[in-house]
Amino acid sequence: MASADTKRLTAVDRKKKNKIEKNENLAGLLFVSPMLLGVSVIVLFPIVATFILAFADWKFVVSIDQLKWVGFANFSALLQDEKFIMSIINNALFIFTVPVTMIFSLILAVIIDKNVYLKSYFKVAFFMPYISSVVAIAVVWQVLFHPSAGPINQVLMSFGIDNPPTWISDPEFALLSVAIIHIWISIGFNLIVYIAGLQSIPKELYEAAEMDGANAWYKFRNITFPLISPTSFFLLITGVIATFKVFDLIAVLTQGGPLNRTTMLVWHLYEMAFLNLEIGYASAIAVVLFLFVFTITILQWFGQKKWVNY
Amino acid sequence: MKLNFRKLASTVILLFCSIAFLLPFIWMLSTSFKIEADVFKYPIEWIPSRWNALENYKQVWFGDQPFYLYYWNSIKVAVLTTILSVVVSSLAAYGFSKVRFPAGRWLFLIVLATYMVPPQASLVPQFILYRQIGLFDSHFGLILLGSFSVLGTFMLRQFFMGIHHDFIDAAKIDGAGHWRIFWRIALPIVKPAVATYAILRFIWTWNDYQNPLIFLRTDALYTIQLAMQKFTTINGEFYSLIMAAAVSAILPLLIVFILGQKHVIDGIALGGVKG
Repeated sequence: MASADTKRLTAVDRKKKNKIEKNENLAGLLFVSPMLLGVSVIVLFPIVATFILAFADWKFVVSIDQLKWVGFANFSALLQDEKFIMSIINNALFIFTVPVTMIFSLILAVIIDKNVYLKSYFKVAFFMPYISSVVAIAVVWQVLFHPSAGPINQVLMSFGIDNPPTWISDPEFALLSVAIIHIWISIGFNLIVYIAGLQSIPKELYEAAEMDGANAWYKFRNITFPLISPTSFFLLITGVIATFKVFDLIAVLTQGGPLNRTTMLVWHLYEMAFLNLEIGYASAIAVVLFLFVFTITILQWFGQKKWVNY
Repeated sequence: MKLNFRKLASTVILLFCSIAFLLPFIWMLSTSFKIEADVFKYPIEWIPSRWNALENYKQVWFGDQPFYLYYWNSIKVAVLTTILSVVVSSLAAYGFSKVRFPAGRWLFLIVLATYMVPPQASLVPQFILYRQIGLFDSHFGLILLGSFSVLGTFMLRQFFMGIHHDFIDAAKIDGAGHWRIFWRIALPIVKPAVATYAILRFIWTWNDYQNPLIFLRTDALYTIQLAMQKFTTINGEFYSLIMAAAVSAILPLLIVFILGQKHVIDGIALGGVKG
């Protein structure tokens, strides 16, 4: 009798449980469906289409039935494309902005974290370029870099440098000029993340080192630097990925010139797709861009455990 | 006492560094007040000797490319994108963290995976799609492009995960459904995180240049960034005017940032440390 009762009870319970599970499923799907739908239409479907279009020859101006499948022709054309090669080289060179930004930011972070008054003023001041419109900033720097009359060259000339570089119009200095502005913009972000990282280092470690008579450099070298390495690794990866996405600065300042010295993958892609209307070719560039960023992200996943001291 | 003196000295030194760092902004502001002939005067006049501020700003705001129109466009796009994005992301974040359904984990991985796609890699098909379904050259299309943020979903999910499951279960026993729990309990708890994300999304949308450049064509729909670029092309050598335009493009954001600086800085710091 008793056992039949429990059996009936569990049957009712199971039914109830099933109903709850069913409700949970429905609720879950309802909550996530707007995001899922949006991401599918705006990101997933287009990225799949990019991979397909990369094997086609098609121009925007003609109708879709004139689309021709060309296999790997777009990719082999890329290897002959001087501008594409220059873009890869410039992208590679531009990666150097990342460690430079990180060094400046770490020095500033160490000073601001421990050794100054007005902490929040400094955070806001160094963060300002990061939240400002890149277009406006680019325009301001363009005037600052003005070859003959710009303030930067006037200062240089007053210090006795007779032939200062013409910066963004000088093939030798154009990429450097863009890099300087990019570093100036990125310092704020790196700084804030570093300060947060520094605050998570236990104070006892420094106190112990002080008791042993360690100087500031020793403490930085043996405590701060190793313990901040997860933050550094994060900044390195996000920084490198960000260099692959630089577009506004190039579009406003140099349009890839002079002599292709500042062209980059994203700019080349934009030119091919929206100025030359070469859909297939631009998609092939997009695939290369995707593969670069994808590889770096994979490196991050595996590298995090291997190279970082926690 | 000795320590305080050292702290004071480094504050003063860093103060000079920060001013040097901000010189481009100071130069921009001061130039926007000048008459054109004084723009490149050397030594630089940090405080203009001849003022022309009113004229310059009047020209920018009510001249041939009236900034008030582009301001309105930018405000509309940025505000609506922020609202939509916060709604979509917080719903998804709740679903992925507080509703226990088997498909959730897989769906979350799919959403997260799209974060690896650089936005430019999907630009061309997006453009074709927008032309096909009639979203090209419209504010609505632009707003949709910025409204499905993986970053926002991920960030808010982290915060929802901080709410204990027992809390949710207790509410369920009292007869509340997920919608009520979300609206009445979970969302109010993560309000600070929502504010942080909303401010960041507003800043990013306001500053976005690439999407308006590609997805808008009609001049009357231009956002402030496109207008800024166009203004520069048209007014080529009138640097005082261009600087007045630049100040106008940056200022509203600066105000948003300074009002919400704690939210912004904490949000960036948190995102950074958590990876």
